[in-house]
Amino acid sequence: MSNKPLTLAEKLWRDHLVVKGENGAPDLIYIDLHLIHEVTSPQAFDGLRLAGRALRRKDLTIATEDHNTPTQDIHLPIADLTSRTQVQALRDNTKEFGVRIHSLGDKNQGIVHVVGPQLGLTTPGLTIVCGDSHTSTHGAFGSLGIGIGTSEVEHVMATQTLPLAPFKTMAINVEGTLRPGVSAKDIILAVIAKISASGGQGYVLEYRGSAIRALSMEGRMTICNMSIEAGARAGMVAPDQITFDYLEGRPHAPTGADWDAALTYWKTLATDEGAVFDAEVFIDADSLDPFVTWGTNPGQGVSLMDSVPDPSSITDSSERAAAERALEYMDLRPGTKMKDIPVNTVFLGSCTNARIEDLRAAAEIVKGRKKADGVRMMVVPGSAMVRLQAEAEGLDKVFKDFGAEWRFAGCSMCLGMNPDQLGVGERAASTSNRNFEGRQGKGARTHLVSPVVAAATAVRGTLSAPSDLEA
Amino acid sequence: MEKISVFEGVAAPLKRSSVDTDQIIPAVYLKRITKTGFEDGLFAHWRGQEPDFVLNQPVFQNSEILVTGPDFGTGSSREHAVWALRDFGFKAVFSPKFADIFRGNSGKQGLIAGVISESDMEAMWAAIDANPGIRAKVDLPAQLVTIGELSVSFEIDEYTKWRLTEGLDDIGITLQNEAAIAAFEAKRESWRPKTLPAKGV
Ligand code: SF4
Repeated sequence: MSNKPLTLAEKLWRDHLVVKGENGAPDLIYIDLHLIHEVTSPQAFDGLRLAGRALRRKDLTIATEDHNTPTQDIHLPIADLTSRTQVQALRDNTKEFGVRIHSLGDKNQGIVHVVGPQLGLTTPGLTIVCGDSHTSTHGAFGSLGIGIGTSEVEHVMATQTLPLAPFKTMAINVEGTLRPGVSAKDIILAVIAKISASGGQGYVLEYRGSAIRALSMEGRMTICNMSIEAGARAGMVAPDQITFDYLEGRPHAPTGADWDAALTYWKTLATDEGAVFDAEVFIDADSLDPFVTWGTNPGQGVSLMDSVPDPSSITDSSERAAAERALEYMDLRPGTKMKDIPVNTVFLGSCTNARIEDLRAAAEIVKGRKKADGVRMMVVPGSAMVRLQAEAEGLDKVFKDFGAEWRFAGCSMCLGMNPDQLGVGERAASTSNRNFEGRQGKGARTHLVSPVVAAATAVRGTLSAPSDLEA
Repeated sequence: MEKISVFEGVAAPLKRSSVDTDQIIPAVYLKRITKTGFEDGLFAHWRGQEPDFVLNQPVFQNSEILVTGPDFGTGSSREHAVWALRDFGFKAVFSPKFADIFRGNSGKQGLIAGVISESDMEAMWAAIDANPGIRAKVDLPAQLVTIGELSVSFEIDEYTKWRLTEGLDDIGITLQNEAAIAAFEAKRESWRPKTLPAKGV
């Protein structure tokens, strides 16, 4: 074996290689953990049945219900018939194939990317896949988390492997200290604005530098989560003491001799001195402001202190056309101060920003205040566990006193698939990850923000930073 | 899977860039549990709200080849985007740039995702504009698409091309490596997590 210095991503690749591809064929990579949910699995289970194939490793597979599930009246049958059918299909399929499932009402139910880490199933050094692009979230632990399509879901079910072509690697170096009111979400929105919504294509991103090291696991998950919004296949952070402390004692984390063996291996999971990335990006954390999107892709973002950009100042013609189209859809005029944009709805939720720390940070801001008239705020915990924890800390009461709706866990308003949708022309400040046209409902307008910006916005009714509230 | 070689069909121009999978098929259309019938969701917002949208024009209603702007298929990993295109009747999509997951999904479903240069994209759009409803010929082995006088070569990775031309199913190919998979599993470390027996419930 050569002693060539390797990046973290290359080490994981090396350690999961089952068969090296010859003559242009992809490598065959072993998959440690397969997360499934109701939307992208029914056709895969069907495929297995049609081909008479077995599920190879039910002990490496786990299911939860999230995309279609309602976030209130969860004791009632799901009202929308097609949603109910899809959830029922997951229940039937997991029963038939012996897969563990956490259904609506179960304390481990929740958004698939919140559930894996919370159970201690997501650890460093794994390959983790899910039929969902935000599987990149799990890279926060120093794993390779890859979003896959339904054919690949079926492929993993049947073989516990995936044929994959090697990726290129990109280092995202974030050095410095974040100012108060600036968080992980702002880092990733700034990264995407810098490299564009397709700048990461073909790459695995590794987030490095002092600002990343200083982040909690939850902040790292927020950043890795949105790697896909830069077009990347995955994003990762090398594990360190913060990672190990987060994991120790979780239900599925290794124990005893296994813990020691794991720890020894995990400590090798850093990019070697002298390893070469195919690309590098530098971000100065000291100068970052809260970030917010003005357009219809996550790369169309600016500092909250800035104004809506003028498309005529964009030199690239297809980018300019995209910006013009985005402004028309968003009903915004160039030069309008971001802080003067009023919203109808504030959504605190999704696999990007609905973990306990996100809820705590937002609660801290709304505590003792009243929400702006005419603004609706929805708080949707990422998992039933997060909800229980928040209730134990009294956060539900803080949100309710403020005038927000306190909901059950699920994807909710992150995507227009369950009852939580915006109306035509409605504008939201949302802690989710996608501001595409129609993402939160037909004709809906989305500004992506961090949890504290969401909270401050709910107080003032226009896009706002926490520092705007201090008077 | 059917073997793909040379075929002809009406070519439609989709003159937009950054068409993400939420545009290709909005989330509300993802709820079917079968693998077919997704054509109703294809570009649903545009087909529903823009009378001039290309696929609303009678000449393009049976098109089988789509020529689109860069960054096609970004966003959500939903394979339904490929199923919707396929169920509508598309057999090939050409763009200067595809999102990775979309390109991977296409290859698995027998939809050609061919990469062309921006200037060829413009030339193909012009050729279609000059003669709406014109049929294009796609030659996968030669990696060529021909519209009237215009002949354009496209990129597709060798392995996907081989699978599509041979009509091979990925799972079948992988299962030929059963011994290697079993050997890999035999030496997997015991600390690696298992979902069963369930803990924390
Ligand atoms: S919260 Fe949103 S991004 Fe996350 S898994 Fe659910 S739908 Fe996808």
